[in-house]
Order: sequence, then C-alpha cells, then structure tokens
Amino acid sequence: MYQYDQTDHTLTRERVTEYRDQVSRRLDGNISEDDFRPLRLKNGLYMQLHAYMLRVGIPYGMMSSDQLRMLAYIGRKYDKGYGHFTTRQNLQYNWPTLEDTPDILENLASVEMNAIQTSGNVNRNVTSDPLAGVAPDELEDPRPYAEIIRQFLTLHPEFSWLPRKFKVAITGAEDDRAAINVHDIGLKLLKNEAGETGFRVLVGGGLGRSPFIGKVIREFLPKDDLIRYIQAILRVYNMEGRRDNMFKARIKILVHELGIEKFASLVEEEFQASEEDVLFLGQAEEDRIKAFFAAPDYADLSDDSPEVIEMSSGNEAFAQWLERNVLAHKQAGYSIVNLSLKPLGGVPGDITSDQMDAVAGLADTFSFGQIRATHRQNLVLADVAKKDLPSLWQELVDLNLATPNLDRISDIICCPGMDYCSLATARSIPIAKRLSERFADLDTLLNIGEIRLNISGCINACGHHHVGHIGILGVEKNGEEFYQITLGGSSSEDADIGQIIGPAFSSEDIIDAVEKLVGIYISNREDDERFLDTYRRLGKAVFKEALYDAA
Amino acid sequence: MKMTLRMVTANRLHDGAVVYLAADDDWTRNVESGLAANTEDADKLMTTAEEAVHNQLIVAPYLIDVEVDVQSSRPVRPIRFREQIRAKGPTIFAPAAE
Repeated sequence: MYQYDQTDHTLTRERVTEYRDQVSRRLDGNISEDDFRPLRLKNGLYMQLHAYMLRVGIPYGMMSSDQLRMLAYIGRKYDKGYGHFTTRQNLQYNWPTLEDTPDILENLASVEMNAIQTSGNVNRNVTSDPLAGVAPDELEDPRPYAEIIRQFLTLHPEFSWLPRKFKVAITGAEDDRAAINVHDIGLKLLKNEAGETGFRVLVGGGLGRSPFIGKVIREFLPKDDLIRYIQAILRVYNMEGRRDNMFKARIKILVHELGIEKFASLVEEEFQASEEDVLFLGQAEEDRIKAFFAAPDYADLSDDSPEVIEMSSGNEAFAQWLERNVLAHKQAGYSIVNLSLKPLGGVPGDITSDQMDAVAGLADTFSFGQIRATHRQNLVLADVAKKDLPSLWQELVDLNLATPNLDRISDIICCPGMDYCSLATARSIPIAKRLSERFADLDTLLNIGEIRLNISGCINACGHHHVGHIGILGVEKNGEEFYQITLGGSSSEDADIGQIIGPAFSSEDIIDAVEKLVGIYISNREDDERFLDTYRRLGKAVFKEALYDAA
Repeated sequence: MKMTLRMVTANRLHDGAVVYLAADDDWTRNVESGLAANTEDADKLMTTAEEAVHNQLIVAPYLIDVEVDVQSSRPVRPIRFREQIRAKGPTIFAPAAE
C-alpha cells in the first residue's frame, strides 16, 4: 500500500502542530467558536448530539495492521473503546474531547494517518472498490489513481473553499462496488476501441435531499489527462457552483441546472485552456505510484484446498459463511474474505478496539498485514490462502465477525441517526437492529438472497436510502418517528434512485412492512431473480397495492 | 401536576458533553438539576448562557421545552424526543458496553 513520502509526513506533522495551537487558543478564549468551527472542521472534528465526533480519513479504505492497531488504541485511550466505519471507508469516533484531539491527530500521524479534509467544503476521501487489485472482474487496479487524486487535492489552495463538499469514487471493475454513480465525480477504468486504458467520467451524481445519478461527461478520458480534467471540472464548479444556498451548492445541482451538455462544454473549454504539460500524468509518475500497490508475494497454491473441502462437508455454519462471505480471488489458491460488521442485533459499522486489535493480528497472520474498509460498512481481508479459511473462520466466529450475511437483508447500511447525529430527524440504528433480529432466521428460511437495505435518519441520506433495493428514511411527524420506504434503488452498475412507495410507517409497524415487502417478492419471484429484479419487472403498483392492502 | 417550562442546554466546550444551565450560573450534566423558567424569564437564562459562551465554558446554547413537576418545580424531562435522547444518551448500547 501507499507509504508517506517526506511531503506527506511534513504536511501531516505541520497540520498537527498548527491544530494543537488552534485548540489551545480556543480553550484560552483567544479564538471564538465562530472562528474555530471552520478550523476544527478542516481537521475532521464535528460537534454532534452528545459530544464531539472525529472522522479519521482512510484513503480508499486501505489500512495496514499497524494503522488498525493505532485506531484501536485511540478508541480505547481517548474514546469509549469503539469506532464506527462509515459509508465512505472512513472511521469515526463518537466521544473524543476537544482537549484530546491534538494528541489523537499526533498518534494518527505516527502511523501515516490524518483527519485532513474529512469534513468541510473540500474534496473528501477518494473512495474505491474494496476489492481493488484482487477482484477477478477488474480491468486494472484503481488505487494508484485514487492515490494520485488524493495527492493532487490534499490542501490544494485553489480548491480549499469549494461551494460545498466534493466526493470522488473510482473503480476498475465491472461490478461497481464503489457507488461511482452517486458521487460528485465517478471514474471507471475501461478500454477504448484502440485498446488503450482510460476512464469513463461521470459527474453530478449524489444523494441527500436532491438525489441524482451521475451523468457521463467523458466516455473515454486518456489516463495522462486525469488530473488536468479533474482540475477543469473543479474549476467550473468553483466558479459557477451556487454559494447563495447551501442546499443547492453541490455540483449535482449545477450540472442539473446547466444541463450536462452545457456543463461539459464549459469543462472542455477550461480543459483546453489549461497548460497540458503541468498536469500531464506521465508514465514515470504512474509507475512510481503503482509500485506501492504491487501484488503481495503470493505463494504458488492450488485452488483445491482439502482443508476447505473437509471443513465444508462436516460444518454447515462454515459452509454457509464460505458461500456468502468469501469471494473468488484473481490469484489461484486465494480468497477474499468479508468480515461482517453487521452481527445479529448489532450497530452496523461499529467495531470495538478489541476487535480492531484482533483483526489486525488476523491480517498479519492471514492476509499480508492489510485490511480494507468497504462502503457498505464492513471489512475485507483481501488475500487469504484458501487452506487458511477454516482457521480464519474459527477466529472470526469467536470475534463475532463471521455473521454470514454479506449483501443479504441484514447487511444494512445505516447512518448514526438520532442516537448520535445532530442533524437526524429520527433514529436509524434501532430499526437496523430490529430488522436484523426479525430476519435472523427468515433470511435462510425464505432464501431471500441478495438484497441491499439502507437506512437514513434524515433527508441528508448518509445511510444511502435512495439507492437501497429497499430504502428506509426516518422522518419526524408530530414529534414521533416515522419511516418512509423507497423501493428499486441501486448504487451499482444498474444504479437508480428508489421510488417512494406510499405513506410512512410508524416505528412499530416498519419492521412488519419490510417483512411484507419481502413476502411479496418471495411469492412473485421467478427463477433466481433478486428482490430488485422482481420489483423492476412487476413495477411499483404491484408492491404498493400488496403492501398497503388491508394494512 | 405537570407543566411546560423552558431551559437552556448547550455542549461543554472542552469535552462536548451535553449540559444544562442550573442555579448560580452553574452547568449540570443532569437535566433534572437544571433551572427551568417561564418564557419571559427564559431570555435571562440565555443572557447567562451567552456569558458562559464568552467565558469558554459552553458552545451553541439554545432553549428547550421541559416538562416540570409543579409540586417540586423540578424538571422531569425534555418535551422533544431529540432532547430526551440528548438528555439520556444513545438509546442503543455502545458495543464496548455490551
């Protein structure tokens, strides 16, 4: 994985020193809260419902075991012994004190981590496919380009005060596991007719109160033009994006209001006007960054593992986990292992410091010392030898990280909701917990299969409800929590914004409503249709009628 | 008998904790120990709170409605659900506490 060079070290350390001074002046009263707020936000520190919240950046979700151990240590020493993985492959602490945050950032810097640009109106963490470099359906590893973009946009003076936050996602695979359709910029590595590799560029996707699927602005962008083209998009956005209304300030609104053709022509104009040589990527720089992401030293192993065959035949729980949470690897004899952070009745994305330490150890033993965070709030050990799967599984079971539910109904994306968040209008975590309990047995009993269920506690949609096959949005009505259901959304290559199915349900009724929806799917599905396929084939009316019939 | 009065809440500057304005310009973590006032006197509470902001004790103070027990004149609980959660903490167990 990427390792800091002198520039990264210097700017991270200098930022800690600067921030420590700012905090000290704030506590002394030499900076007012109004002046301090943008400074703390530039270092990932929010004020939430009960406490401060610190968001730590995990570039494209990649962590070394030493970094994860540091995250565990910080959770234990400065928080309440746990952290929370987010939908943008970052980690949040829910209870740090302001006084401790400079020490936390100094600890992070010691393992080449920081919280720079995890908040504020700047480019945020560049997210990517959690299976980058190991997925069989991948054309090329997207991480070097994610890293190049990270370097370009970190503390970039021209883009430090954008109209609003900005999010880039990149994938190199056929199956979109990075949700590139719902990002400000989405990039997909592909080949053109001449057989050259470059990027399809999407722009103006996003969720929140005005959800949009990204629009193609360039069908093929040569690799060497990547940075120059991103600069052109950001320049047009920086100049033309609305600053008068926070709710209309994201690039998706600008693209929508101008139309993609007009926006594209402005970008093209800016692109042509910029000096080619300055930002030309070039093979040498590309190769230098790519070297950090070279494949690990795989052993020469066979895909047939007697250990796995033996364990599968006698152990149903292992076999189920193998089928659901373990994915094919491009290297013979290896597997991709998903660690579920969605245990029965748990808080999606939460992980204790003890679990983090243990996972770091497992990564050292079984997966070349690296761990990845996924945008669906789980973890991945990407390079596990098949023969090690039985021993790894046993360890994960003991850690409660082996719930066999990857991409199934209890693998819920869930925002912190009103249990933690100052913006929320309703709680989301208790709904996720109750759904996971309700479907604990039904999932297998009914063979519900692949389904994406996403929950947000307010219209800002951090829980990605718009793109859930089933989406749930918590709202407040007359002081009570109600939950609105959307159906048919997706953040993958078949991306779409879900449709609101009808009137919202009370907290009491929402779990039954979801079970009823699943029932409608089960009784109507054909062959091996997923919930989403059945919904799209039958349409909203069929589901709506059955859901509200005699309800 | 219960009635609705107003209180000031905020987050403490140095650690972010939820606090309520209490007697003697003190700040308490416990909503039941806070100072409740009628709407007219609520402005005075806010003036006190603004001083506390100025003195680096708290940030972002605001008024909330609370249910008050008439006999003891003690606050019982905030009216709004959001404020009830702020008063008591998350409604779900944190994983480390399980």
